[in-house]
Amino acid sequence: MRINAVINYLGRVVILFSACLTVPFGFSLLLDDGALHAYDEAIVATLVAGSALWAATRRAREELRVRDGFLLVALVWTVLPAFAALPLFIYLPAMSFTDAYFEAVSGLTASGATVLSGLDQLPPSLNLWRGFMIWLGGMGVIVLAVAIMPLLGVGGSQLYKAETPGPMKDTKLTPRIAETAKGLWLVYFALTMLCGLAYRWAGMNWLDALMHAFTTMGLGGFSTHDASFAYWNSPKIELVAVVFMLIAGVNFATHFLAWRKLSLQPYRRDPEASVYGLVLVASVVGIALYLRAMEVYADFWTALRFAAFNVVSIATTTGYASTDYNLWPIFAPLWMLFLSSFVSCSGSTGSGVKMVRAQILFKQSFRELLRIIHPKLYRPVKLSGHAVENNVVFAVLAYAFVYISCLSLGTLALTASGLDAVTGLSAAVASINNMGPGLARVGPATTYAGLSDFQTWICTFLMLLGRLELFTLLVVLTPAFWRK
Amino acid sequence: MKIVILGAGQVGASVAESLVSEHNDLTVVDLDATRLRALQDRLDLRTVTGSASHPSVLVEAGIEDADLLVAVTQSDETNLVACKIASRLFNVPRRIARVRATDFLNDEKVLGPEGFEVDLSICPEQVLTDYIVKLVEFPEALQVLDFAGGRVSLVAVRAYRGGPLVGHPIRDLRQHIPGVDTRVVAIFRKDAAVAPDGNTAIEANDEVFCLAATKDIRQVMRELRRMDQPVRRVMIAGGGNIGLRLARALEDDYSVRIIDHNKRRCEMLAAKLDRALVLNGDGTDEELLEQESIGEMDLFVAVTNDDENNIMSSLLAKRLGARRVVALINRRSYVDLVQGAQIDIAISPAQATIGKLLAHVRRGDVVAVHSLRRGAAEALEAVVHGDRDSCRLTGRRIEEIELPPGTNIGAIVRGEEVLMAHHDTRILAEDHVIVFVTDKKILPRVEKLFQVGARFL
Repeated sequence: MRINAVINYLGRVVILFSACLTVPFGFSLLLDDGALHAYDEAIVATLVAGSALWAATRRAREELRVRDGFLLVALVWTVLPAFAALPLFIYLPAMSFTDAYFEAVSGLTASGATVLSGLDQLPPSLNLWRGFMIWLGGMGVIVLAVAIMPLLGVGGSQLYKAETPGPMKDTKLTPRIAETAKGLWLVYFALTMLCGLAYRWAGMNWLDALMHAFTTMGLGGFSTHDASFAYWNSPKIELVAVVFMLIAGVNFATHFLAWRKLSLQPYRRDPEASVYGLVLVASVVGIALYLRAMEVYADFWTALRFAAFNVVSIATTTGYASTDYNLWPIFAPLWMLFLSSFVSCSGSTGSGVKMVRAQILFKQSFRELLRIIHPKLYRPVKLSGHAVENNVVFAVLAYAFVYISCLSLGTLALTASGLDAVTGLSAAVASINNMGPGLARVGPATTYAGLSDFQTWICTFLMLLGRLELFTLLVVLTPAFWRK
Repeated sequence: MKIVILGAGQVGASVAESLVSEHNDLTVVDLDATRLRALQDRLDLRTVTGSASHPSVLVEAGIEDADLLVAVTQSDETNLVACKIASRLFNVPRRIARVRATDFLNDEKVLGPEGFEVDLSICPEQVLTDYIVKLVEFPEALQVLDFAGGRVSLVAVRAYRGGPLVGHPIRDLRQHIPGVDTRVVAIFRKDAAVAPDGNTAIEANDEVFCLAATKDIRQVMRELRRMDQPVRRVMIAGGGNIGLRLARALEDDYSVRIIDHNKRRCEMLAAKLDRALVLNGDGTDEELLEQESIGEMDLFVAVTNDDENNIMSSLLAKRLGARRVVALINRRSYVDLVQGAQIDIAISPAQATIGKLLAHVRRGDVVAVHSLRRGAAEALEAVVHGDRDSCRLTGRRIEEIELPPGTNIGAIVRGEEVLMAHHDTRILAEDHVIVFVTDKKILPRVEKLFQVGARFL
């Protein structure tokens, strides 16, 4: 283990992060919203801490090995939220560190679960910071660091692999990893700008448009209003949100290829995109029909409007709400929770098991069934016509098992500490899928503020697990990792 | 530069390794996904799995905007077809192919513009054979490299106690051999470069790199160590492509024995060779070696395709009394392990063959590049263009030129004339300048010296 080198890189990432903190600082200065003191201290503290880490280990010039890469990613994702929480912690003296850290993890992991209420009264720059965290974490802090800092070729691609979601990461978009990271961030940036303009066009003010563009493209779900999208009650704004949430739920590598080739062909070749679209459309229409049949809404079109927005929001793990869907008949929200665990594509800003893993699991199960009928059958698992190697299938199976285990253990811990079954299960699902609001006591109309500190930490840990795709974080916790 | 490399074998991998940098975008194509994954884990490049001569695979590898194609797969045919396709379909400006079979090289039309449109063909086996033949001709040298069409040679010699110049400063060299102009361009002492000037004393066991006109090389070497007896008897272990070429090159002037363990291969060897003795057996078989009087051999060369076998057989040969042993070793870590200990010279095929290719990739008008000391150092020959205002070399005396540290101008070739570099030698346009660079990292700065400023073009 090259601890010193890891800490050196961590220092650099923390210094980079202090630069990110100047964004809300600048806005606060511009808007004169009275939150300036929250940022200057946070920036100084972050910069000093980062520089200290860097300076203390500046002699360590070793290249990172695979193992060090995992440690660095895990450290970055546990340390950065502490700094990201500083503005909240300083500005809101009543907030405990647990809650501030939870809010920051929820932001950086692009979950969107909040402990704050009275969002409308918060200084605009603070809300913007919450959105900006989601935006940074959505595409990944490490990917950003690889893109703009010379984090070395090979070391960089190991880190990139540890942070980017999806089971198959060996295909690079460009020959050099820094170019790949730059390309992804460029597409992400361009789409976010486009999203912001669309929101403005649909009727938001500039600040809300920017903040929501951040949280939509990051698939985060923080809003500037307690009522979330119900605040506007505008079909136009909801339409914009649905379109961009759908875009953000697709692999950004596919967007990148489509943009570079200026054609739609990459979407057709992407094994996930079509199934992703199909599942979402079917679910939206199905739930709309169901809601109409259960007479929740008086006519189909209203049902379709609410179903489209909320189903897409929850399934892509965004977490906006345009109505309190908690009050819908329980089948609908449960189905939405179920969708959230697998609909997002790999390489998107969404979380959960990911569509490609779900496809592999499904095809592998189908293969086993066929093998019972034809014992001599040879049939590889295929994705868009290409056979998937067996070791990938095994990795996906293990992933599914670990996912279910973490989910069950999380639910058990939450219910053991006093939550009811629906709240406990939905909080665990919402956290590990980086989705945000759950049901019942943590539903869209309430916040996570009602949880005890212990329960908040469980959710925080589950969010980190989900964002780092379980293994990256879990491997650091195994004794074998630390053995020399 | 955007470079597509076809083939991730030993040559492909070492080409990738020496080209990978922030200035080059590399894509490697191979059929073997496992090999590609290993390469991608080690180096910052992109890989594509597929058949290297198929247009669709080439497109996926980004051939459409590639500046250079390096086709080094196992198969000559694949390499040739890939070059043709790259040229015709995708207008790739430069194409390099590995071509093994000499049949393809016999007629210029095959590789020329009407043929497969290959700009440069390289044959690693031939380069290695030439390398080893040089070692037979100059048994004292660790390596002999040609510049300026063979007029200038660079020799690497290990200084031995007892050589006339050992223990003396370099400036004495001139008094020792009055008629000969030579220049010591680099000294490596315990694997670290020592910047040589007139006062540097040569110590025993130093690896000394000297430049001299080719005809003077022998005299220069004599100053650094006792001369060995000329080579008469050579034993070659391994009758593969290199072994066969080597035996054919040497059999007329030397007594050659070649060992191969495969009987049918032996029959083939025997058919192609006239005077060399072909022996069926194992190069690591002590009895066989003794029987063939290994103790009398001036040179033992192990060139099978197996590193461990080569190392073992040459260690054994050395112990049984062979005067000098040479082993072909692919793995770099092995080379560092054994060179200079019991094995006299370890040749890394990848490093030996890559020079020709590097000359093609470097910026500036580079004629020849030789990669030295396992890629850490480099000697290059480049042509100077422009005038005093547009180029940092032209029209200047050597003492006026600001060279990056670790760089040494060794010689200048002007037309037919060879000039050893002295502080007052003036460089003119169209001179071929031979530069020795002890650290690969400063190469970009050296290349820049040779570039003509844009404002004067």
